[in-house]
Amino acid sequence: MRYAGSAIIVAFGALLALLAAAVGQDEAFRAHMWIAFATLGIGAIFLMRRVQFASPGHPLPIEDTSGFLDGVVRYGVIASLFWGIAGFLVGIIIASELAWPLLNLEPYFNFGRLRPLHTSAVIFAFGGNALMATSFYVVQRTTRARLWGGNLAWFVFWGYNFFIVMAGTGYLLGITQGREYAEPEWYVDIWLTIVWVCYLLVFLGTLVKRKEPHIYVANWFYLSFIVTVAMLHLVNNIAVPVSFLGSKSYSAFSGVQDALVQWWYGHNAVGFFLTAGFLGMMYYFVPKQAGRPIYSYRLSIIHFWALIFLYIWAGPHHLHYTALPDWAQTLGMVFSVMLWMPSWGGMINGLMTLSGAWDKLRTDPILRMFVLSLAFYGMSTFEGPLMSIKTVNSLSHYTDWTIGHVHSGALGWVGMVSFGAIYHLVPKLWNRTQLYSLRMVNWHFWLATLGIVVYASVMWVSGIMQGLMWREYNDQGFLVYSFAETVAAMHPYYVMRTFGGVLYLSGALVMVFNVYKTIKGDIRDEIPMGAEAPALQPAE
Amino acid sequence: MSSPITNSILNKHQKIERNVSILLVLSLLVVTIGGIVEVAPLFWIENTIEKVDGMRPYTPLELAGRDIYVREGCYLCHSQMIRPFRDEVERYGHYSLAAESMYDHPFQWGSKRTGPDLARVGGKYSNDWHVQHLTDPRSVVPESVMPPYSFLADKDLDTKAIGAHLIANSRVGVPYTKDMIATAEADMKTQADAAADSKDFLKRYPKTTVGDFDGNPNRLTEMDALVAYLQMLGTLVDFSAYNPTQDDR
Repeated sequence: MRYAGSAIIVAFGALLALLAAAVGQDEAFRAHMWIAFATLGIGAIFLMRRVQFASPGHPLPIEDTSGFLDGVVRYGVIASLFWGIAGFLVGIIIASELAWPLLNLEPYFNFGRLRPLHTSAVIFAFGGNALMATSFYVVQRTTRARLWGGNLAWFVFWGYNFFIVMAGTGYLLGITQGREYAEPEWYVDIWLTIVWVCYLLVFLGTLVKRKEPHIYVANWFYLSFIVTVAMLHLVNNIAVPVSFLGSKSYSAFSGVQDALVQWWYGHNAVGFFLTAGFLGMMYYFVPKQAGRPIYSYRLSIIHFWALIFLYIWAGPHHLHYTALPDWAQTLGMVFSVMLWMPSWGGMINGLMTLSGAWDKLRTDPILRMFVLSLAFYGMSTFEGPLMSIKTVNSLSHYTDWTIGHVHSGALGWVGMVSFGAIYHLVPKLWNRTQLYSLRMVNWHFWLATLGIVVYASVMWVSGIMQGLMWREYNDQGFLVYSFAETVAAMHPYYVMRTFGGVLYLSGALVMVFNVYKTIKGDIRDEIPMGAEAPALQPAE
Repeated sequence: MSSPITNSILNKHQKIERNVSILLVLSLLVVTIGGIVEVAPLFWIENTIEKVDGMRPYTPLELAGRDIYVREGCYLCHSQMIRPFRDEVERYGHYSLAAESMYDHPFQWGSKRTGPDLARVGGKYSNDWHVQHLTDPRSVVPESVMPPYSFLADKDLDTKAIGAHLIANSRVGVPYTKDMIATAEADMKTQADAAADSKDFLKRYPKTTVGDFDGNPNRLTEMDALVAYLQMLGTLVDFSAYNPTQDDR
């Protein structure tokens, strides 16, 4: 009886959710449990329809478990694309809300509730699914072993996406811990912990039973990403619930300690989720796509250990000039500046891998994406240390400059390296000879690049302007601008920023179409990349 | 090419690259150091939080208002942390002290000022202004991009559960007494009722404003709670008795 066990467990989960919906202590919790019930109920029905029974004379076909487990990677790629589009779209909606506040539809679609939906959708849903899918793919290829734990990888995939649904719908209902990038409430956090431990087990288990004596560098990064995120998540979310049948909890820490714990978490969500994990991705896919080995083995050793050691210290730069003790601020600043070096170690190792293969950039838009991604990684890991210097931070903090910085990292580095990896993976995962269209990848490349450039430069201008307006004095020693005047000055930039986001989303929609056609098995009739240049005519 | 030292290091590193357990343990160790050195001392070093006069736990109504502030994600656009710069102190008031958020679970310092800092907004505007501004922000500040929160005035405040909220806060270290927990629901109603006898309540929670906050004395709504919270922000510490050099960080 295949699927019967899982169907029963999921149905039982749905029943528990239904009970919780009946006896929940607050309105938001009851609504949230109804959503859990609906999601698990649909899951249970799907599973039940797939249950197969063996009958005498008709045994169940034996599952082939000799090769790699790639089904879960295929699902991960699709989920990543789906959440990516959703996350970019919500981003455009909240950007529009800042430009045209009439778009706020209270209470569910107000900026304050949608903003965590945007950040979680792009970081944890789009990025998280991309990381899980690629890590499952990469660890199998580099160890020549099937994923450990049988169907545990499937549990990780579905469990993680259930976490995303619960987190996202919770935000709309106003269920939040009020901690940036760690908004999900206590019960959703506990669920994520279970899923994450299983993820670690699958990854470790596969490494343990590897058939390759050497552990490839990509796996070091993936492993440290999984382990460190587990540590950060556990510490930052320590809280006491008001009721075990209610949505609200209070953080175990308060004030200044809470602030530093949160930004120790928050900065390393960037450092390990958005950097170490994606460096793992880079270390596999860039050499593959370029057809070259990694530039320097030694550099990868040095920058790996330096990066994971230094990142953890950088959190206090989010709290410059606050009530956090000065010694902690200074430590945070010093380590942030030092972090520049190992970050560029990663960029150099990636870029130099293309030595001798630079000509491929002309014909391979996927490789172009990887290169742009590394370039943005280099740029934002230079900008970050710069902004962590207290003097610069006194101007940049609280302004849009920070938002621009985050997006050049997220859209440029994380987004582009994920797109590149997905373009690389799709034909392989679905056994297609090639992508539907390389020219459409090129379109995606340019739409996304333009979008990022518009977004980042607009936010530089608006952020620096905002910071300068706040501190501007006239010659009689009075502040020149009221706060409301500085808000009004932001309007044109908020409109342009929205436009940048629209460009980026359009690129991603082109990608979805391209991936869909590739999976269908179509190949677009087009002139190959690089072939359009007319043959040179000798001068007469 | 390589020096003997480099080679010996590389050889040792080979061991790590061939052993999952060593790789796991070493990378976990490496990432814990920063947190231990930086975060942990904040819980022991005494002068992390200044000694000031006037801090008290939130009243039940203010706590409910604060929960609404968290729920609606106000911290995503409003900071509650005034930095010690001339322009910020002139714009918003005395720079923020660590002591002022000692009962904040979670802290709400924020990271972005799409709107102004709110650390000392208490008492700067009237209750009526706040209600009008929350209901329709652009009717009082035309340039504002703030979302409207008119639904708060239509939503009755949940008074039943507030005792449990105080208990949860006391479990994480907020000094709510048994007395305060027992009278939480009554205190909540007392604070929002100008006609109530508030003598005992004010003994429990000094420096508190009592009265109707949302302009509708017949109902206790979420608007009452949120405005009560906004009106107390930054008003507790007695700065005439605060000597920064004495408690210099």
